[in-house]
Amino acid sequence: MKNSKVTRVNRWGYIFLIPFFLTYVIFQVIPLCSTIYNSLFENYRSGLKQIGPNFVGFANFAKLLGTIDVWNYFENTLFMWIGGFIPQIVVSLLLAYWFSDPSLRLKFQQFFKTVIYMPNLIMASAFAMLFFTLFADQGPINSILISMGILKEPFKFFASVTASRVIVMFMNFLMWFGNTTILLLAGMLGIDSALYEAAEVDGATSSQVFFRITLPILRPILLYVLVTSLIGGLQMYDVPQILTNGKGDPAKSTLTVIMYLNQHLTSKNFGMGGALSVIMFFITGVLSIVIFNLNKRKD
Amino acid sequence: MKKKVLSVLLSAAMAASILAGCGQAAAPAAPAADAGSDASEAEAEAPAAEAETPAADTAASGEGGKVLNIAAWNEEFKTRLTDHYPGYEVVDGTHGKIGDVTVNWLITPNENNAYQDRLDEILLGQESASQDDKLDMFLVEADYALKYVDTEYAASVEGLGINLDETKDQYQYTKDIMTDSNGVLKGVSWQGCPGVMIYQRAVAKEVFGTDEPEEIQKLFADWNKFNESADKLKEKGYLTTASVADTWRVYQNNVSKPFVDGTTIQIDDNIKKWAEDSKDLYDRKCTTTVQQWTDDWNKGFYPEGKVFCYFGPAWLIDFCMAADTEGSIAHDGGWAATEGPQGFFWGGTWICGCEGTDNADLVADIMRKMTMDPAVMKDIVLKDNDFVNNRPVMEELANDTSYQNAVLGGQNALKMFCAGADKIDMSNLTAYDQGLLGDYQTSMMGWMNGNFASYEDALEDFYKSAEVRYPELTH
Repeated sequence: MKNSKVTRVNRWGYIFLIPFFLTYVIFQVIPLCSTIYNSLFENYRSGLKQIGPNFVGFANFAKLLGTIDVWNYFENTLFMWIGGFIPQIVVSLLLAYWFSDPSLRLKFQQFFKTVIYMPNLIMASAFAMLFFTLFADQGPINSILISMGILKEPFKFFASVTASRVIVMFMNFLMWFGNTTILLLAGMLGIDSALYEAAEVDGATSSQVFFRITLPILRPILLYVLVTSLIGGLQMYDVPQILTNGKGDPAKSTLTVIMYLNQHLTSKNFGMGGALSVIMFFITGVLSIVIFNLNKRKD
Repeated sequence: MKKKVLSVLLSAAMAASILAGCGQAAAPAAPAADAGSDASEAEAEAPAAEAETPAADTAASGEGGKVLNIAAWNEEFKTRLTDHYPGYEVVDGTHGKIGDVTVNWLITPNENNAYQDRLDEILLGQESASQDDKLDMFLVEADYALKYVDTEYAASVEGLGINLDETKDQYQYTKDIMTDSNGVLKGVSWQGCPGVMIYQRAVAKEVFGTDEPEEIQKLFADWNKFNESADKLKEKGYLTTASVADTWRVYQNNVSKPFVDGTTIQIDDNIKKWAEDSKDLYDRKCTTTVQQWTDDWNKGFYPEGKVFCYFGPAWLIDFCMAADTEGSIAHDGGWAATEGPQGFFWGGTWICGCEGTDNADLVADIMRKMTMDPAVMKDIVLKDNDFVNNRPVMEELANDTSYQNAVLGGQNALKMFCAGADKIDMSNLTAYDQGLLGDYQTSMMGWMNGNFASYEDALEDFYKSAEVRYPELTH
């Protein structure tokens, strides 16, 4: 009797899950399958003429993987993600630690939490336009540097591989460190304060407390931050796209994989676009699995 | 039991809310009210109710549709129509009225192929669009005109009710480029685009001691002299051009073979020469590698920009050089024009009617008034200093000493333009030019900035971009 009641209640659980699965199937599973299906066809537009779709098997994959290009763009993406992620995690950890440490008694916490989250609320495109103007050849940054006597003539930020990449990294860092801080802060506030008190009684230094107590307990949250950031980073698109007008200048050094994908869509090239998406899907999957397994082994 | 009913209700409400989301998409789309909204979407979801109205035959019965949709990439034609078409009233930024017909402007910038992308979507969705959402007229540029001319989407000019004899005063090249492979004229233009070298009078006086066009022409008569004079400008702290891209058209128009042969990209010697000369000029700090139409490029329209010259046709002088802005060189009439090292043309805007338009009479009338009526044509020259597509009018004004171009400090440069217009040859244009020249310039600027070791590396980079943009091309 008792058991059947449980089953009956469970049934309602499933019914309430239907909307999610319906949405998931319509917006995730079906597009995923159709992408894989599309990747096997030659299908693009030449002028206003539609070419295909003609079934070509794995020719699109062969064409993409046959050159070094896509790996270069993958390297660009990964490089710019790491360059943004390292300062992001360091600064976020530090800020979250300060915010969560009751002994520091920080004032205006709410104000600072809002301020550091702000950059994330600005549209990436608006943010990129702002940076483009700031770092233009005759823009304010150059004017300031020249009037301070640091530079003699304007430095062309967007003609230099290093400078362009650093600008992208910096923007990604600025946009996301607030979000990461809030996540880490939530994790830190969840740590039992008795542990800290015990450490204090035992005479632990604050760095010992941080590395021996906070970090290990925070690991699941850190892992979550790492994986979501990795997936977001591999799909990096908006900032470099707007900043370089979709070209990935200079010399395709800021061209990310998704920007490359978007370039294929100029000619509505769904075959190549699909193939690139499938490759991306596998790379993301493999990297995520690797990170999860690294974590398991340590346990 | 009560609980059960409640749960059913709740789940029903949830399911309904999901379906409501789908329902909204099917509801009548707002009539393409603002040009900012995605017109292709609006077209695709044309309200069924409107399709029922017997609009299909209205064009034939002479009773035009109520909405005239025009696609363009900038405000130039809108300004022309506002100023010169009798009876055009401005309603707001993207709407106008001619009689009781609403004119709806669908303006999308050229940047990164956006205009062509949107136009393609609209044209491919024409058949399923309702009469009022159908595009009636679109504008094309020389760089990609061929892509649209040889399609069924551009209506025959004769088919719209225009006698080809009415176009006899237009420059032949403007008709040649718009004639499809069956010899049918598909579009007309109000302007001709012979280009000249436009230089700053004050700088010319300071550096060369004279601002007379004939004297300056001697100093810039060929590329060797151009380079020598560039050094003199450099000594006084002036850039010769605002960007290496400025001289591009001059080199590109003097090529001996088109950019694409069949589906093979080919690089003409003159295009290579542009890259090499430009790198040299850039290395000597006589120019920059900024992109055209950016703020850095526009700075040269003001004295602080310290730019000696731009290359362009009449529309650049009239429409782009900030003549209305206080403090610009154009505002004070500080420019002058001369032929420069080589003749060239740049751009040109053609008006095409759309096949299946329900405003055929109005489209034909706009074409007539704006591109064939000598009175309107002359008015455009006098008010806007554009170079119009009407030989008798231009030749009359070229010999009219009372005509003065205020931006050029009162100079009458029309003779120069007329001579240039006769030499324009568009036989080397391809449907791919706009995409290819953009990609080529980007790669070559990368080389000039030191991001590629050699011209060959930069060329490889160009092939990569081009073949992603146009999958059918090879090299």
